[in-house]
This record gives sequence, structure tokens and C-alpha cells, in this order.
Amino acid sequence: MFRHMLGKTLGLLGYTIQYGCIAHCAFEYIGEFVVCSGPSMEPTIVNHDVVFSERMSRHLFKIEKGDIVIAKSPFDPQMNICKRVIGLEGDKICTSSPSDLFKTHTYVPMGHVWLEGDNLRNSTDSRNYGPIPYALIRGRVCWKVTHEFNFKKEPEGHRQGSL
Amino acid sequence: MRLKDGYHMAQQTSAGRRYVQTFISGFFVAVPVTVTILDKLAYVARVEGASMQPFLNPDAGAQSDVVLLNRWSVRNYQVQRGDIVSVVSPRNPKQKIIKRVIGLEGDFIRTLSYKNRYVRVPDGHLWIEGDHRGHSLDSNCFGPTPAEDMALVTAIR
Repeated sequence: MFRHMLGKTLGLLGYTIQYGCIAHCAFEYIGEFVVCSGPSMEPTIVNHDVVFSERMSRHLFKIEKGDIVIAKSPFDPQMNICKRVIGLEGDKICTSSPSDLFKTHTYVPMGHVWLEGDNLRNSTDSRNYGPIPYALIRGRVCWKVTHEFNFKKEPEGHRQGSL
Repeated sequence: MRLKDGYHMAQQTSAGRRYVQTFISGFFVAVPVTVTILDKLAYVARVEGASMQPFLNPDAGAQSDVVLLNRWSVRNYQVQRGDIVSVVSPRNPKQKIIKRVIGLEGDFIRTLSYKNRYVRVPDGHLWIEGDHRGHSLDSNCFGPTPAEDMALVTAIR
């Protein structure tokens, strides 16, 4: 009886380890779903949007200018940021705002990327903390899950043909 | 005679198919488990270069040292000053560099050859230096780094 239970427990443990490892490989090398919060990527990605970020581009070094990426925050490795890649290594970035008289430029160093949010007025990004190393990028956002959960009931007076 | 041949062939086919099934199911167990162990636990690698002399690779011409890269012990990003870690190079994301942790976040560093004489290490960053001064591409060149993909290095002699 005891041996039977032990055998079953070991079998269950084996299955858990096997499926845990498969899940880890899927999340690490294929992609993962991410819930975004914050206003820095409006109107492309709004608060509470769910997006799918794929990992293959990052591992194969195929991230391009204009991609939206999920990256680890340079100040807290347990937090993630979602921004758009404005410049790759060696690119010239204009760091002055359009209203400045003198334009300042900077070059993105080797092995780094320059990120900016789409909502320029409300985003802390490379304009604040500088370019971040390429290795901090986790994945490229390739699909946004669109959901329409708020069904608004039509007000009664708008029925066609009513007097 | 015909019936016996058919039966024999059916047995061989089913044995072949069972072999393929076992191979595929074994493959789908072995590969993810191995990849997860290499990503999360530890792996072994050879060290190249002279930036950590005399601790690693003390003889230039002899065989390069082999080290154990332990990811499990730094899974919560907890390193001590003086540990030797392997991180992704901030200059080249395809390469890993092995250096010693000199300063943690919040520390004030008096630099050897950096553009500023004194540096405060920002949050989430590390100041790493090679033991062999002058022959090392480290924080004296690229400043404090966010230290991605860390692993604790212990030498295997």
C-alpha cells in the first residue's frame, strides 16, 4: 500500500518536472503573454492591455528599429518596461525637444538600444535614463489581444423611427 | 505461409513504431529538462583571456581554465562584493564576460580609469572589474552595468 502511494507520488513528481521544464522552454524561447500597465505607450497600448511578446527575435538578434519591445527595467531587474525601439547601436538620436533652439544629438553606444514610449509627454524612457544594453530586452511585442468587454446598452430614445 | 509472413511483418512494424514513439517521448523529456537545467541551475564553460589573472588562466600558454557557472545561487539577484560573476557584455550582447563585483547599488566607487573620478552606482546596477588591471574590459570602460544573465563563477581545477 505504502509502496503503491510512493510510486504514484514519484510518478506525479516526474510529470510535474517534465511539464514544468516544457513550460519554461516555451516561455523562454517561444513567447509569453504580458499584461501592460501605465500610459506611456498610448494610443498603441493602453492600460490593462494584454499583448503577446515573442522571444525568438531577441535570441536571434533580429530586433529592428520601430519594434515594440518588453525589457527589464535598468533600475529594478524584477520590473519590466514596454517601449518602442527608436535607435539601435551606432544610430544618431536627437535628444532635444522640438521647441529647443539648439538641437542636441547623441550616438547610441555599441551593444545598446534607445527606447522611447509612444506617449512622449508621459513616459520615462531613454530620454531620462539613457540607452539600455541590448541584453535587457526580453521579447518583441507582436500581437495585441483585443477584447471588448464593455457592452454599452443603447439609450432608449435612439431607436429608429421613434417620435 | 502467407498468414505467418503477414503476422511477422505486423509485429516488426509495430516494434518499429513503438521504437519511434519511445524515441519521440524521450526526446520531449530530455531536451526541455536539459535546457531548463542549463538555464536555471548551472553549466560548465571554458574561460578565455587574461583579464582575471592570476585567479583564472594564470599561465598564458597553457590550457584555459574550466569554471562552473552557478545560476541558482544568484536567482534573486543577490551577490556580495568580491564575488566573481559572469554577465552579458554591455558592449557585445553575444559575449559573456567574467569579472569580480567591486560595488553594489548605492556604493560610491573611486574609479581607476573611468571618465569620472567618483561614481555612485545606480539602483539595479553593479560595478565590476577584472583582477588584471589594465588588461580588462570592465566598468572602468563602460561604467556601472545592469548585470544581465548573472551566474556565480567557481573554478574547477
